Amino acid sequence: MSVKHSLLALLERGPAYGYQLRAAFESATGNTWPLNIGQVYTTLNRLERDQLVEALPENDSGQRPYRITESGRRQLAGWFASPVQAADRPRDELTIKLALAVTTPGVNVADVIQRQRTATLRLLQEYTRLKAAEDNAELAWRLVLESMIFRAEAEVRWLDHTEAVVARTGLPAPRAYDPEPGPADRPEPEILRENR
Amino acid sequence: MTVLQLKGVNRVHGTGGNAVRALIDTDLQVAAGEMVAIMGPSGSGKSTLLNLAGGLDTPTSGEVLVEGTVLATLNKKRLAALRRRSVGYVFQDYNLIPSLTAAENAALPLELDGMSAGRARTLALAALEEVGLDAKQGDRFPDELSGGQSQRVAIARALIGERRLVLADEPTGALDSATGEEVLKLLRRRCDAGAAGLLVTHDARHAGWADRVVFLRDGRVVDSSAPLGDVETLLEGAGS
Repeated sequence: MSVKHSLLALLERGPAYGYQLRAAFESATGNTWPLNIGQVYTTLNRLERDQLVEALPENDSGQRPYRITESGRRQLAGWFASPVQAADRPRDELTIKLALAVTTPGVNVADVIQRQRTATLRLLQEYTRLKAAEDNAELAWRLVLESMIFRAEAEVRWLDHTEAVVARTGLPAPRAYDPEPGPADRPEPEILRENR
Repeated sequence: MTVLQLKGVNRVHGTGGNAVRALIDTDLQVAAGEMVAIMGPSGSGKSTLLNLAGGLDTPTSGEVLVEGTVLATLNKKRLAALRRRSVGYVFQDYNLIPSLTAAENAALPLELDGMSAGRARTLALAALEEVGLDAKQGDRFPDELSGGQSQRVAIARALIGERRLVLADEPTGALDSATGEEVLKLLRRRCDAGAAGLLVTHDARHAGWADRVVFLRDGRVVDSSAPLGDVETLLEGAGS
C-alpha cells in the first residue's frame, strides 16, 4: 500500500495536518489498514524533502498543515493513471501453502482446503454482516468492504476448483531431489582447509 | 425455537449393487430467525437435503421434523397441507404461474387452503409490500416483471400466511450480481423477522448472508461454520 500516494490524494482535498490526514484515511478505508501517526509524519517529511508537499506556518494550536505542490499533483495524477503492478501486491501465503501442500508427502490436501474454506467463508459472513449493518455506508468504505467480500469469494472459488482438480487428477508422486554433488563429493574450498 | 430438524437422515437411491447413498447420517437444525446455507460440489446431496426438508422426498432412514411434526407420520393429505401451510419454496427459475398476476401468484397457497379470494388478495398485497412491490406491480403478470421482481414475488409467495420455513434452491441463479444481492438481502430480512431459512447455493458471496454454512461432500456434512461473533471484533487482522 502506498502511504505516500494516499497522503497526496488526501491533500488534494485541501491543506491538512498529520492527525487530520490519518483520520481521513481511516474513515475512507473503515479502519481496515490502521495508519500510525509516526508513519504519517515520516512520510510527510519525505514528501516535503522531495518537494511534493510544502509545510505551511503553524496554526494557533501548534499544528503544522501541509499543502500539495504542483509536482505533488503530477505525481498523484501519475499514480491514478497507472495500474497496480503484480509486483506491488504482497505474496499470497495461501497460494504458497497449497503449492507446497500438493508436493509435500503426508499432507492431507483435502483437509487443508476444507479448513481454509471454512475460515474464509466465515470471514465472508462477517464482512457481509458488516455490510448489512451499514445500509448507508460511505461509498469509499463500502467499496473497501466489497473488495474484501469479492476477494474472499474468489478465494473460495479457487479452493473449490483446486479441490476438484486434485480429486480428478490425484496428487503428483513425491519427488526426491535431483542428485547433485553433496558437500562430501565436492572438493572442499581452500579457505576451510586452511582454517582447520 | 427449532423449525426444521433432520435426525440421522439417510437417503439411498436404488438398491443392491446400484444403490447410491445421496445423503448419509445427516443431522441439521434450523431455528426461527436463522438462515443456514448449504454448499458443496455438484452431486454432494444439496438438493436431496432440500427436498427432504420440504417433504418433497422421503428419507430411507432417519427423521425430518417441521415445527416438531415428524413428516413420515403424516398421510398424503396432511403432508400436502403442511407443505402448503408451513413450508415455502423459492426456486432458481421463480416458478410463477404465467396466467396469474403477481398478487394472484402470491395468494395462491392461501386460496388453495380455502381462504376467500378477497382476503387472500389483501394478505398477498401485504406480503408483496414486505418484499418492496406495490399494488400496481402486484397486478402485473410474470412476463411483465423483471427477474429480480419475479423472485421477490416468489419470496412473498413462499412466506405468505403463517409459513415460517423457506427453502431456497439457488434463488439468485439467473440474476445479475446486484439484483441477486437484493434477493439475498430480502431473504435475510425475512429470516431476521422470524422465518427459518435454508439456502442451497454454490456462490460463496451469497452464503455469506447466512448465519451458518454447512458443507456437503459425497452426501456427508463435512464441516459447518460456527455462528458469528461480535461485529466489533470482526476487522481485526483483516488488512494486509
